[in-house]
Amino acid sequence: MSTIPIPTVEEIIAQGNLVYKRPDALADTWTHYCPGCTHGIIHRLIAEAIDELGLRERTILVAPVGCSVLMYHYFNVDAVEAAHGRAPAMATGLKRTQPDKIVFTYQGDGDLASIGAAEILHAANRGEKFTVFFINNAVYGMTSGQMAPTTLPGMVTTSSPTGRDVALHGYPMRMAEIIAGLPGACYVVRRSVHDARAIRQAKKAVLTAFKTQLAGLGLSMIEFLSSCPTNWHMLPPDALAWIRDTMIPYFPLGDFKVADGVEQV
Amino acid sequence: MHEEIIFSGFGGQGALFAGQLLAYAALDCGLHVTWIPSYGPEMRGGTAHCTVVIADEPIGSPLVRRPASVIALNLPSFEKYEPLVKHGGVLVYNSSLIDRRPGRADIRYVPIPANDIAEALGNVRQANVVLLGGYLAATGILPLAAVETALDRHLPGRQRRFLESNKAALQRGAACVLEAVPAAPAEQTANPAAAAD
Amino acid sequence: MARELWKGNEAIAEAAIRGGVEAFFGYPITPQTELLEYMAARLPELGRTFLQAESEVAAINMVYGAACGGVRAMTSSASPGISLMQEGLSYIAGSEVPIVLIDVMRGGPGLGNIQPSQGDYFQMTRSAGHGDYHPIVLAPATIQEAIDLMYEAFPLAEKYRTIVILAADGSLGQMMEPAEMPPARPLLTEAERPSWAVRGARGREKRIITSLFLKEEELEALNLRLQAKLKHIAETEQHWEEVATADAEYLLVAFGTVGRTCKTVVREARQQGIKVGLYRPITLWPFPGPRLRKLAEQVRGILVAEMNAGQMLEDVHLATLGRCPVRFYGRMGGVMILPDEILGALHDLIADQPADPAARRREP
Repeated sequence: MSTIPIPTVEEIIAQGNLVYKRPDALADTWTHYCPGCTHGIIHRLIAEAIDELGLRERTILVAPVGCSVLMYHYFNVDAVEAAHGRAPAMATGLKRTQPDKIVFTYQGDGDLASIGAAEILHAANRGEKFTVFFINNAVYGMTSGQMAPTTLPGMVTTSSPTGRDVALHGYPMRMAEIIAGLPGACYVVRRSVHDARAIRQAKKAVLTAFKTQLAGLGLSMIEFLSSCPTNWHMLPPDALAWIRDTMIPYFPLGDFKVADGVEQV
Repeated sequence: MHEEIIFSGFGGQGALFAGQLLAYAALDCGLHVTWIPSYGPEMRGGTAHCTVVIADEPIGSPLVRRPASVIALNLPSFEKYEPLVKHGGVLVYNSSLIDRRPGRADIRYVPIPANDIAEALGNVRQANVVLLGGYLAATGILPLAAVETALDRHLPGRQRRFLESNKAALQRGAACVLEAVPAAPAEQTANPAAAAD
Repeated sequence: MARELWKGNEAIAEAAIRGGVEAFFGYPITPQTELLEYMAARLPELGRTFLQAESEVAAINMVYGAACGGVRAMTSSASPGISLMQEGLSYIAGSEVPIVLIDVMRGGPGLGNIQPSQGDYFQMTRSAGHGDYHPIVLAPATIQEAIDLMYEAFPLAEKYRTIVILAADGSLGQMMEPAEMPPARPLLTEAERPSWAVRGARGREKRIITSLFLKEEELEALNLRLQAKLKHIAETEQHWEEVATADAEYLLVAFGTVGRTCKTVVREARQQGIKVGLYRPITLWPFPGPRLRKLAEQVRGILVAEMNAGQMLEDVHLATLGRCPVRFYGRMGGVMILPDEILGALHDLIADQPADPAARRREP
């Protein structure tokens, strides 16, 4: 009886079978994200876009405060760490003094829509030529599940234990729609990553956002609806379904601003 | 030499600019000088004022409690600073707007009908420069020519067209003191319409 | 270059431009606004970066961002605005990014007023934000000194990778005085950018600038390194001016505007036969304590004068440790101190001292 040799991974790859690998822009390391969290998917989409556009060696990442505070360890690009909410101000300082670089911020809902509301509004209004990835999971993740400016009406969090009372706390803020209303914002869309089709559409948007920056147009921002199974107290598949069934009706996906010139990129 | 001068008047009368002209002139004469606008414990009271210190050695405090000279463009300034002028000092005042009898015997009063002179020259807003000319003539602290040079160099662009009339105002103010003759054309001061022009 | 009459705020701005500032981010606030306006007019002409931020919070973070790229970036503000910048300053200190900040101090607390004050001494010297650090704080007394200190502020900040604060007050910002400008320093070239700067990972490993160190031992290591650096700065960067201290029996201690006012007091007191000198700290942090301690052993009493309730006074006490009596004269609320007030306080100090110095030393 003859034995069939088992090929090594390298041998399989050498045969032209490699269809999926870590993008160069992502570091070869573990992340600390919870199981089922979609930060990892969004990281990957951004890294793929950086690779495909050949931007890795001239990209500067401005990391936020929140669950993604350590993301500079996960990307193979130069990076700075901003104070909570101030990433658009830091990115302004970086991009204004290094206009040939590709600068992007990555901010959660507490970071961008609450403590950093002034910074993102004014950066957008000035038409700052950097890219913002806004991660909306309707909750403060890192501090373990408090109410965010995007928490849905009636949603129970550790700081709204009887559910978000809109009479007391106001309504969830639709940031993409708000930012799209500012003349300086050139490309503002909302995407989700709850299924393969949504992920493919999100990837295209990431490419468009970077191309908008490459073309020297104004602010580009993608709001991602992202899951937080841990703080939503759900299994990961249920969390993805919750995005689809509960978040999207309040935060509709779509293009809220595609300025002249962005179509061409 | 250590001379302290306070210029004081209503906002818009040009007290601060007159002080700056003097400061520029002092610089051109190679002297130490400081100019500081309405700052300090005495600033309340609705007037704009500045303190200029001119000295032949580096200047410590840019402010003084009792100045050697005061140039009062309006009545509130006269009333505020008359008691503060240093013993033996000088109070130059705009007699077009200030109708007060001197209250002290130990200082020199130099009344100059600055508004009337300036108006006769065609621009009532140059009363500040008339008074500066009078102050220089009264004290001899700097040559008149130094302030003329300062006007040449530092009159703001939009006011360059007033260069010659400013120089004339300076000369008339000085002449008013040197001749010790009131230069006010009485018929103009009697005409309120002209004064309000 | 000839002496010209300069307004303080504008002189500082021009000195910064000649010193090589590449980017200014600021927010209007009296009494420093002319500095921002000067930058707004000049920097774009020179092809450099000026931006009016939406707040002081944003301004300091824009400075932080630009400085992360090894760019010479600065901002200026006045007391309430500096309070808003505390957060950014702490992050900047934690990540050891060199920046320059101007504080044209005004009366506080709260909205206070727009008159000159020295009430931010604690805020600037004691840390200017949360955590263990000190910025280098420079206190000019004249416009010429403000120019000279501003001109060297960036090289100083870069030498130690630290924050340098130029502590002026409203009167220095608003007054005019002749001064000479230094020649313009060439701007940094790409090759001169520091080795830690974040400018894109072209052909090298990526760089990260952060003040986040989650492991206790890592954060303690950073703090130990910061403390060693601060100790070195404290030992090497103390600067002060002495006036007539050689034979002084009494000593005035004052900084900034009050420091120059005290020069008038020294002159007038000496005319009255009082042997008084002046010790004027130019660096507020590091406070030049050792030399002051020596002088405290020489003199019969010290009078500290400040436009606050006695903030530098604490550093004087720490430096002199009871070696001689220390009195304080202060005005607040934006009230500027006139020479006769300090002279009066000096007479009070003298009147309270025993005629025989030996008797003083026997006092409990």
